[in-house]
Amino acid sequence: MRIRLLDLAHARSGDKGDRCNVGVIARRPEWYTVLAAYVTADAVARHFQGRIRGPVERYELANLSALNFVLHGALEGGGTLSLRTDAQGKVFSTDLLRLELDLPDELAARLSLPGRPS
Amino acid sequence: MTSVVRIGCAGGMWGDDLDAPRRLVEGAPLDYLMLDYLAEVTMSILQKQRARDPRAGFARDFPATVVSVLPAIRTRGLRVLADAGGVNPVGCGDAVRDAIAKAGAAGEVRVGVVTGDDLLPRLDALLAAGHELRNMDTGEPLAAVRDRVVAANAYIGADGLVAALDQGAQVVVTGRCADASLCLAPLVHEYHWPADDWDRRAAGMIAGHIIECGAQCTGGNCLHDWESIPDLANVGYPIVEVAADGTFVVTKPEGSGGRVSVLSVTEQLVYEIGDPRAYLTPDVSCDFTGLALTQAAPDRVAVRGARGTPKPAQLKVSIAYTAGYKAIGTLTYAWPDALAKAQRADAVLRERLDRAGLRFDAIVSEFVGAGATHGTVAPQTELPEVGYRIGVRDADKAKVDRFTREVAPLVLNGPPSATGYAQARGKVEEVVAFWPALIDRQAVDVHVEVRA
Repeated sequence: MRIRLLDLAHARSGDKGDRCNVGVIARRPEWYTVLAAYVTADAVARHFQGRIRGPVERYELANLSALNFVLHGALEGGGTLSLRTDAQGKVFSTDLLRLELDLPDELAARLSLPGRPS
Repeated sequence: MTSVVRIGCAGGMWGDDLDAPRRLVEGAPLDYLMLDYLAEVTMSILQKQRARDPRAGFARDFPATVVSVLPAIRTRGLRVLADAGGVNPVGCGDAVRDAIAKAGAAGEVRVGVVTGDDLLPRLDALLAAGHELRNMDTGEPLAAVRDRVVAANAYIGADGLVAALDQGAQVVVTGRCADASLCLAPLVHEYHWPADDWDRRAAGMIAGHIIECGAQCTGGNCLHDWESIPDLANVGYPIVEVAADGTFVVTKPEGSGGRVSVLSVTEQLVYEIGDPRAYLTPDVSCDFTGLALTQAAPDRVAVRGARGTPKPAQLKVSIAYTAGYKAIGTLTYAWPDALAKAQRADAVLRERLDRAGLRFDAIVSEFVGAGATHGTVAPQTELPEVGYRIGVRDADKAKVDRFTREVAPLVLNGPPSATGYAQARGKVEEVVAFWPALIDRQAVDVHVEVRA
């Protein structure tokens, strides 16, 4: 089953220098296992390919049912140097929620994930 | 009920809701009110203001804000902490005393001023003494940009603020400190937490981290279930009720708008962090991974499980330096073929810039409404309009100025259906960039003065 991350999680992002962090929080605690297993640093790096120049680090906050991603080289040198509308990376959060995950139907059914048929 | 210290935050940035402090103080019993004014870029703006007028360089709104909560300071024992001092905390303290005097309470409120964060006057001496202030990200020595530095401030911690409170200050102003230290300081003052009680210090900093952006933890900018968050027009600013053991409750005034839920607080917990096991501050290294949040009651979230490890040996220094000029121009293109027209306009404009020999350090075009902020959107058709936004940055101000004249002509001599051209000719702005560095704690002298 194909599921959009938006349906499983919410998120907030912000800046520190040329880095953007995106915190991704499961909408239900039991869905955190899906985030932990499928929303990898590689998947996030691929999602933002072409827009960030550095690597992606992933940190786990199982106690908050959340993952934190740090995107390096994300803001064209930093919020004040960037010419983009989203110079501070404030909506990298919702951009990441566009990520689509391919999940086993059995997992989706067991966790009552709000997916759409693939 | 066990006794708690109640700390509210009524300002998450300079430019936040001016009426929030008064509303928060009148809406709930508070022991302390904290206000954060200083984004990174704010310090360079304030340094420029101070260069023009030696009495300027602080958050000018702050004295009036103190007056707006003066009754609570005088009769309820409210104490206020703010980083409103900017690059001139002494001038800010004087302005606060003047405003209090004008409000009829001359000499009745003790104002504390904490200084020492401003390294700009000492910068060459520090470099000469061997503090290289290398860029934390690139490793370059500061010499690369030394002649363009406009501000240099160390993030100082809670110690100076605690000393000011210990000396009886009812209003404490400082310059650059870690935002959350404004919350930790009253707790150390009240509870006398030992200097090496890292877990409880971490709890105080994490409480501060949650409330330091004002309403961002009480329903503002909250994505989870955003449509159902009530009455944002009257959003309540946050309060933490902290017990002596470091556990705390996040809440907001009764009857105010917004929402305090486990998920609204979690969104703020993950805001602007790196490694959640080592969230570094001047006062303690915080570990978020043992935190447990529970909804204790409507709009009340209980937090426990904060852990800390010893504070870092060095302080972070934020150095601002000028990095050229930028300008941004915008036009709007309407249906039919709105995106194609905007893209054609961009090609035309770039060809003209090229022909004029104008090459820039950076040039960025965006098509607002067709994926300007999200890079992963499939092309849309039949859009009613698309915003065309083009920005340039360059060391040469004359080139950037020339650019600003090139966008508006497209309305008459470019692709059809352009409108919304009031912003076509952008304003040339000076760009300030940041140089993150570290400095030994011992090199930073914090000074505290308290008087009425």
